[in-house]
Amino acid sequence: MSTLLSLDAVEVGYGDVVAVHAASLEVRAGEIVALIGSNGAGKTTTLRAVAGLLRPRRGRIVFDGDRIDGRSPADVVARGIAHVPEGRQLFPTMTVLENLELGARTAASRAQRPETLARVFDLFPRLAERQTQLAGTLSGGEQQMTAIGRALMARPRLLMLDEPSLGLAPIVVATIFDNLARINAGGTTVLLVEQNVLRALRLCHRGYVLENGAIVAQGTRDALLADERIKRAYLGR
Amino acid sequence: MAVGLTLIFGVMRVVNFAHGDMMVWGMYLAYVLSTRAGLDPYLGFALCAAALFVFGAAVQRGLVDRIVDAPHEMQILLMLGVALVMENVALLVFGPEPIRVRSPLGAATWYLGPLYVDVARLVTFGVAIVLTAALWVFLYRTDLGRQIRAAADNPYGALVIGTDVRRVYAAAFGIGAACVGAAGALVSPILPFQPSTGLSLSVTSFNIVIIGGMGSLPGAFVGGVLVSVAESLGAVFLKPSLKELASFSLLILILIVRPAGLFGRRAS
Repeated sequence: MSTLLSLDAVEVGYGDVVAVHAASLEVRAGEIVALIGSNGAGKTTTLRAVAGLLRPRRGRIVFDGDRIDGRSPADVVARGIAHVPEGRQLFPTMTVLENLELGARTAASRAQRPETLARVFDLFPRLAERQTQLAGTLSGGEQQMTAIGRALMARPRLLMLDEPSLGLAPIVVATIFDNLARINAGGTTVLLVEQNVLRALRLCHRGYVLENGAIVAQGTRDALLADERIKRAYLGR
Repeated sequence: MAVGLTLIFGVMRVVNFAHGDMMVWGMYLAYVLSTRAGLDPYLGFALCAAALFVFGAAVQRGLVDRIVDAPHEMQILLMLGVALVMENVALLVFGPEPIRVRSPLGAATWYLGPLYVDVARLVTFGVAIVLTAALWVFLYRTDLGRQIRAAADNPYGALVIGTDVRRVYAAAFGIGAACVGAAGALVSPILPFQPSTGLSLSVTSFNIVIIGGMGSLPGAFVGGVLVSVAESLGAVFLKPSLKELASFSLLILILIVRPAGLFGRRAS
């Protein structure tokens, strides 16, 4: 499998604070990669750096052979990376349909908008029922589906998700994770940041553990699930 | 008749202290077009709108963009500075005397049986309605319009999905300025103006935006209607010179009942 995204010793900070000081990881085309770690470990910061929302101080981020660190978010989206941010960041006073359609920013994704929309509605039938409803009035789970749908509308090659399970009921989380597997089966590579470590590890092919701004462990799903340290620190066994 | 105008006037929701001065520039531009080129303001308003669009987009690109991430107070200071410069340029070029644009079209009156209709006000009203409708269609039915609404709704969200935020802001600022320019040209035959008129116009537009709720487009529409009705009623029942008393009393009342404005969302 070819490498789609790689981070090489990336350092990102806010002001005087260094949030991530040595993030190196690799996502291969077609994979689901989980990035796990405790609160404040730097997971969100790492995703934001890839999305172009933060400029790394050191290191390189390479997507599909091109350096993308320091590029604008619009450029990163145009290259094929869609980001489902923490807190979903929908447009609350606009309808579900408008939120979804806004996700198709590039000329190529706009041209395919009807087909992509049909696919999103196929994945999340609930959104089809709620198309004309304002996004701000949706339940948390429906908002998360809208946020994922909006990202898919960009027809990304890499879908990055930041804590998609946060604040949702277990049954809704299960639906969303099932759909992530379906999205991946459809050919989209997934980079998933989660605090729900067990679910994330079960879904992924490979995973990385981020602690205090640095990658401290990595491995395949089975290796990580069997790792004694991870069991003790994150799975409570 | 002021309803439609105030509607347009209130739609732009950026904290823009140069708002009124942009309108005054629209008025002076209408004046120049009418005296130098013989173009009636009721025809020239489109040119004024185009000119102000370019000016507004340039101010956004050249000045506001640089401090877009700075705190709100900085934007207020910057726009106050722009307002001062604009007012004084107008003063330098046109002098302090109040002027009014003569419009042959605007002087006409139609008699409809017992009623007589002032053509100037009728045309202003009609154009204002059309412009407002056009603006609505633009914001709700076109892709760029939706991007503007999205960026107003959640700027960070707009950035995340890959919106070219600079372009969207420049378009929004330009369109806001164009609306104000058109409005200025349209009222120039009715309302005498001078360089210092800008300030009171800015204050009125703030009143509208605050009543409607900061950042709410429907709020700006409703706020515009409320303010103009309050001022018209105030002018009839009190004294014309006391009409602002009515609109500002309304502002205070609404702020007491709903501190975030009619359509405002509470800051979280």
